[in-house]
Amino acid sequence: MLRLPCPFCGERDETEFRFRGDATVVRPGAGAGLDEFNAYVYERANPLGWHTEWWLHAAGCRRLLKVERDTLTHEIRSVTAAATDGGH
Amino acid sequence: MRGPARLGAGVLTDSSQPLAFVFDGKSLRGLAGDTLASALLANGYRLIGRSFKYHRPRGIVTAGPEEPCALVELITAAGREPNQLATTLPLREGLVAQSQHRWPSLRFDALAVNDLCSRFLPAGFYYKTFMAPAWAWEKVFEPLIRRAAGLGRLEATVGDHADPAEIVHEHADVLVVGAGAAGLAAALTLASGGLRVLLLEQDSILGGGTLLDARWTAWRERAVATLRASALVRCLARTTVLGAYGHGVFGALETLAPEESVRFGGVRERLRVIRARRVVLACGAIERLIAFPDNDRPGVMLAGAALSYLRRQGVTVGQRPVFFVNNDEAYEAAFALKAAGVPVVGVVDARSESLAADRATAAGIPVFRDCAVESVSGGAGVTAIGFSKLGGPRRRLVADSLLVSGGHSPYAVLATQLGAALRWRESIAAFTPELDPGLGVVAGAARGIFGLGRAASDGARLGAQVARALATAPAAVETPFPVDPPSTPLAALWEVRRPGKSFVDLQNDVTANDVRLAHQEGYEHVEHMKRFTTHGMATDQGRIGGLVGCAILAAARGIPVAQAGQPKPRPYAQPTPFAALAGGEVRKHYRPQRRLPLHIWHAAAGATFVSTGLWLRPLVYSATPGWDPVLEEARHVRQGVGITDVSTLGKLEVSGPDAGRFLDYIYANTFSSLAVGRARYGIMLREDGMMLDDGTTARLAPNQFVLTTTTANTATVLEHMEFQQQAHCGRMDLLISDVTDQWAQFAVAGPRAREVIAAALPAVDVSNEAFPFMAAASTDLAGIPGRLFRISFSGELAYEIAIPARHAVEAWQALLEAGRRWDIRPYGLDALNSLRIEKGHITGAELNGNTSAADLGFGRMLKKQGDFVGRILSQRPGLLAAERLQLVGIRPVDPSRRLRNGMQLVDGASAQASLGYITSSTPATQSSGWLGLALLSGGRARLGQHLVASSPIHADHPAVRVVSPHMLDPENARVRA
Repeated sequence: MLRLPCPFCGERDETEFRFRGDATVVRPGAGAGLDEFNAYVYERANPLGWHTEWWLHAAGCRRLLKVERDTLTHEIRSVTAAATDGGH
Repeated sequence: MRGPARLGAGVLTDSSQPLAFVFDGKSLRGLAGDTLASALLANGYRLIGRSFKYHRPRGIVTAGPEEPCALVELITAAGREPNQLATTLPLREGLVAQSQHRWPSLRFDALAVNDLCSRFLPAGFYYKTFMAPAWAWEKVFEPLIRRAAGLGRLEATVGDHADPAEIVHEHADVLVVGAGAAGLAAALTLASGGLRVLLLEQDSILGGGTLLDARWTAWRERAVATLRASALVRCLARTTVLGAYGHGVFGALETLAPEESVRFGGVRERLRVIRARRVVLACGAIERLIAFPDNDRPGVMLAGAALSYLRRQGVTVGQRPVFFVNNDEAYEAAFALKAAGVPVVGVVDARSESLAADRATAAGIPVFRDCAVESVSGGAGVTAIGFSKLGGPRRRLVADSLLVSGGHSPYAVLATQLGAALRWRESIAAFTPELDPGLGVVAGAARGIFGLGRAASDGARLGAQVARALATAPAAVETPFPVDPPSTPLAALWEVRRPGKSFVDLQNDVTANDVRLAHQEGYEHVEHMKRFTTHGMATDQGRIGGLVGCAILAAARGIPVAQAGQPKPRPYAQPTPFAALAGGEVRKHYRPQRRLPLHIWHAAAGATFVSTGLWLRPLVYSATPGWDPVLEEARHVRQGVGITDVSTLGKLEVSGPDAGRFLDYIYANTFSSLAVGRARYGIMLREDGMMLDDGTTARLAPNQFVLTTTTANTATVLEHMEFQQQAHCGRMDLLISDVTDQWAQFAVAGPRAREVIAAALPAVDVSNEAFPFMAAASTDLAGIPGRLFRISFSGELAYEIAIPARHAVEAWQALLEAGRRWDIRPYGLDALNSLRIEKGHITGAELNGNTSAADLGFGRMLKKQGDFVGRILSQRPGLLAAERLQLVGIRPVDPSRRLRNGMQLVDGASAQASLGYITSSTPATQSSGWLGLALLSGGRARLGQHLVASSPIHADHPAVRVVSPHMLDPENARVRA
């Protein structure tokens, strides 16, 4: 079981969080079409090693966290809150 | 009982406390401190059960949890419990056990014929032999195999205890697994550094190998006393670590001693979930078998088991034992038996040189060097063994037991679950794990450091290393330890290859030849061989024979064992009752139950409740089954006025300057243009373009919206909105609050609803002009600040009133009082459902994750301008295809025929393929007969068509007509009245 160090709540069990997928994909902008959105929703790299993921601390602060995790060893390198200046 | 095999006192047994027990119907006596296995051995028992596949007679092989054969059925007041390990089962007064997997009796087993036919039952034979004909598998082969194979019998009533188990969470700086010499020394060192230590031992007593050597008694007793006195250390016996789950999380199963179980109200097991910063794996090494013909006969045991039974329970496993060994450690058992007065017939040693052999010879024990055992006589128990020097003539020794030792394999399972690599160590002919120091250390015999003194030193040193890594300064552990006798290294010996069955896995009946067959069939990798032969897949996870099988595979491949490797068993390390995993989360505690603020009122009004998600909701205010009470409630709404509790609806408040803009992004339709004091129906899509949820959203103030979600989708929608807000709308200024539990909400519906609301809220002008359909306002009800919405799910003129949950009862009473003149009556979820189906409103059955907005008839609601979630992918050509399943209404042609949810819609003429299915159905409230909603391929183009609604399992195939889903008041005249 993963133990995720939430920057707001401290180290917590994986069961408190909801996995929200690949955080390396970026939602296409307003002018994008089917192909870009198809890639955004369905195409994933499945890397071996370091990966960046979204985890929502559902049973804690309910903040969306960006987690850097090694997919082989499960080592957690960094956990940060989602940027407050992105997107819309 | 002092039988022929009970030689004296053991470390654990108490001769002043005799216990009576029953095995296979025979009354026997044992002592407190016995396991069932030691008590059976003390009574001269050797034959304990029959084997899994060949039904060969089997006895006790080991003295611990690694036991492959001595599985018995326990008979308790609650029923039968199969597959209990006799070697770890504590004997208690009145215990009743019986051998299993034999028919009709242990001595004579009809299915032992399998043993004679075994050349027709090789490994993998299930896959091959029973391939054809296909029908025969289900009808002939499987029932036969199930009778013949499988261990034990399940009984439905077993485990039906009031409080079977509990789950406990543990936190420690360091978890020490195993309380042998290394584990005790490590724990002492860690505690001296001020660290919180959790020390777990699977045995019923701390000490491990030190329990078997009297020279260690004093050290062990001091160490255990020191640890028990320390406030930093918790020592738990009878606790097996089941698995290592990474990030310092471990699961362990504690089996309570009977007296402790009584003290804790009958709790039998505790699942301990452990979180630790570091781990010390001091879980020891396990003696392994040697493969030779008939190495499974009752009386063939591991040498270490003989030492264990002698030291712990004062029981000898035989009166004329012969040893077959390849290492010096195994001689300890021979010396101990000899010292206890048991005539040791001889030691067959595969090596030519051995210091232990020299000592044995000097002590008068015959040693046969450079020799190997190649046969065992005796079916139900060893009577003699045959052995020979390489190439020499076979010699025979009359014996009643054969005590085998093929060396010791470090128990590496937990380390490999943590990603440890395995390194081959030629000096012990075994793998040792290399654990990442950031996770912890492996100490003592678990990393191949054999000998109690060396293991204790290793534990102390590595304990100090861990303590320093955690920035503490440990004190030195008391030394010196008793000195280990000098020893000669082992010589690897895996198999004495002769004709006959040489077992590598005694529980799953896997032989050396099966392993070679796997190789011949192309299963060269150890993990493939394991699956082909089932070697190591039994409950003992191949602890005593696993590496032997791998070595035989390596030999077949012509490679060193080091290169072949060994399988990595997964959790659980021992059979674990489901009850222990469930803990207290059983029956009504299986999941939380959410009760409505009005629950007590509903119950007093005679409601029948239904679980929807976690909520308990009134289904109908009647105990009478059937549709009559439901339709009575629904018709009263259609004709007069009813009131229903819709508090379970998700209620989310979105506030802030950008709230409107955010909702435009979340919803497929527009909300920023919604006027204050108005509500609007909205649909939400997922990014892949499918419908996520629907509901009504009202604007209470310029910067304040309140959304409603479908009851079942509340958590999903909240999480979706929070994700979208934080991932994609970081610059927007808004706040999302889940106020579902804070507000109770009631719907007052029916042609008389306006009169009731006017009476209840005299200060509000509820005329159609002042408060039209889709109006919303903050208002007071009986002095309670609330919210009033003119929205309708039933299709009638309706209002919904939201009230702070703590005032729910008074508000509900006030509405009932106000509606008394119009005979207002409560209606339940079933009536609500009948009303909404008739109106063509959707809910979970239609919002099933596979339907798009267009499928459900909302295609035109999607805004043309501006970005929103799901905008682009909702326009995928496939989602716009004419043949998609679309929402329609369904009516039977013959009004006397009923509809059923799940009926498949087929074209009556061809009836080959399903065109869709009925999602919801109900008797009509306004006319006779049934009506339903359905998802139908190209449904909107089929209005007026006749189809057949088919339910083959009910043999029911009524003809139906496709109609508009709006089967009541399509012009919305009622809701706008």
